[in-house]
Amino acid sequence: MSSAIRLNGVSRRFARGVQALDGVDLEIGAGDFVALLGPSGCGKTTVLRLLAGLDAADAGTVVVGYGNKPPVLSYVFQDATLMPWASVFDNVWLPLRITGVSPAAARERIARVLQAVGLADFVQALPHELSGGMRMRVSIARALVTQPDVLLLDEPFAALDEITRQRLNGDLLDLWGRNRFTCVFVTHSVFEAVFLAQRVAVMSARPGRIVADLAIDAPARRTAAWRIEPRYLELCRAASAALESGFAERAP
Amino acid sequence: MSANAHGEATPRWLRWALPAAVFIGTLLAWELLVRARDIPHYILPAPSLICSTLAANFGSLAQAWWVTIKITFGALLLAAAGGVLLAGVFSLSRTFELALVPYAVVLQVTPIVAIAPLILIYVDSTTAALLICAWIVAFFPILSNTVIGLRAADPNLRDLFRLYRATPWQRLRWLLLPSALPYFVAGLKISGGLALIGAVVAEFAAGAAGRETGLASRILEASFRTDMPRMYAALVLVAATGVAIYLLFNLLSWALLGRWHATERSD
Repeated sequence: MSSAIRLNGVSRRFARGVQALDGVDLEIGAGDFVALLGPSGCGKTTVLRLLAGLDAADAGTVVVGYGNKPPVLSYVFQDATLMPWASVFDNVWLPLRITGVSPAAARERIARVLQAVGLADFVQALPHELSGGMRMRVSIARALVTQPDVLLLDEPFAALDEITRQRLNGDLLDLWGRNRFTCVFVTHSVFEAVFLAQRVAVMSARPGRIVADLAIDAPARRTAAWRIEPRYLELCRAASAALESGFAERAP
Repeated sequence: MSANAHGEATPRWLRWALPAAVFIGTLLAWELLVRARDIPHYILPAPSLICSTLAANFGSLAQAWWVTIKITFGALLLAAAGGVLLAGVFSLSRTFELALVPYAVVLQVTPIVAIAPLILIYVDSTTAALLICAWIVAFFPILSNTVIGLRAADPNLRDLFRLYRATPWQRLRWLLLPSALPYFVAGLKISGGLALIGAVVAEFAAGAAGRETGLASRILEASFRTDMPRMYAALVLVAATGVAIYLLFNLLSWALLGRWHATERSD
């Protein structure tokens, strides 16, 4: 399988000498779902920003996409990051509007994607009229409406309550199963990473690099039952241990 | 519904009734005091006399009022256009901002009464001079608020626009201008009142007389003749105009932001 994302020896140092990343190597196949797991401040977000082209590496190479066509990227932030003055429809319309998709075609795609995230009845609602979980669904709809090749998610469900978070985890897996975009999911939750991903890349404390790469051999269709299987707990324990050792290794 | 310090809700009617009761009470006390003490009208005219003077001189006062209104709103319009335009230029060029902001501040902090005589000397047309004076005081709040507003856009949304390779025009139209709107409106609310003050103060400095003059000239004329009821009548018009401008811009703010912005939402 061709790889959609390749990072080779990527380093990033910010002004005032903070070394965020130090020699990150990571390869992700097209259509894979990879979780990037690490402690707060380890540079997970920096990796996503490099992939999105919002930041540039000081050393190493970042390659996103394969073939001749530049990949369509989407980004989901920690907050829903919606325009408060615009309706659900207008928020989801934004990427299509910027990229010049005709209003007729846009209307159809927006209707389809809002249906997919369960917000078909809230087309004209304003963000402040929605719950936190619904706002995050709008954010995901906005990311998916461009039919991305690569979806980057930066701790998207961290601020939500546990029940909403589990439901959105399930919904995200459904959407991924149907559309098979390449998915990079940043999280600091071991349980979330192992529940969602096919692979969990564990990062060390700052300066971040990949210290472990765990394959998650789970049933093809994951449901809530996956959360209570012995294998799930075993993998969570392994990921936790890797996280712990990555943390200890860098600690003074 | 708003709550007071004790956490109880204030009924909506009370918010209107309370100030109205204070207003009527004050007028009544004033009227009674003047009548009981037999205070001569050239010292303190009773509210009833001010009202009848206002009615008797309504023609000339309305004419002056219209002149003041034209200068106030003319200056406000120019201040809004100039402030937004300059703020836009500042947001595009840091060099321009560094070069010009100190002068905008100097213009703002120098009292308009002190500059007005100079402007009246240099500018031939009195109307133009008054317009410039009112513009100077109304301009700065709109400029500084809009500058802050254009910078207030959510950084993540900015990143999103970059990710989708939005053009500068798209970014301005769909992100920066809507983000700046609440700040612009707040500036407009301040400038509305200031433009009226500027228009009146400048006319005082001009001391103009004649037909095409505003409410300040009526007040000056009346004061030369110690015609206190007429002075009060013109003053009532000025105050009422200020209140009307304040209400007008609150209404505008609600109409523009009421649906989405925290400052105008009641929930």
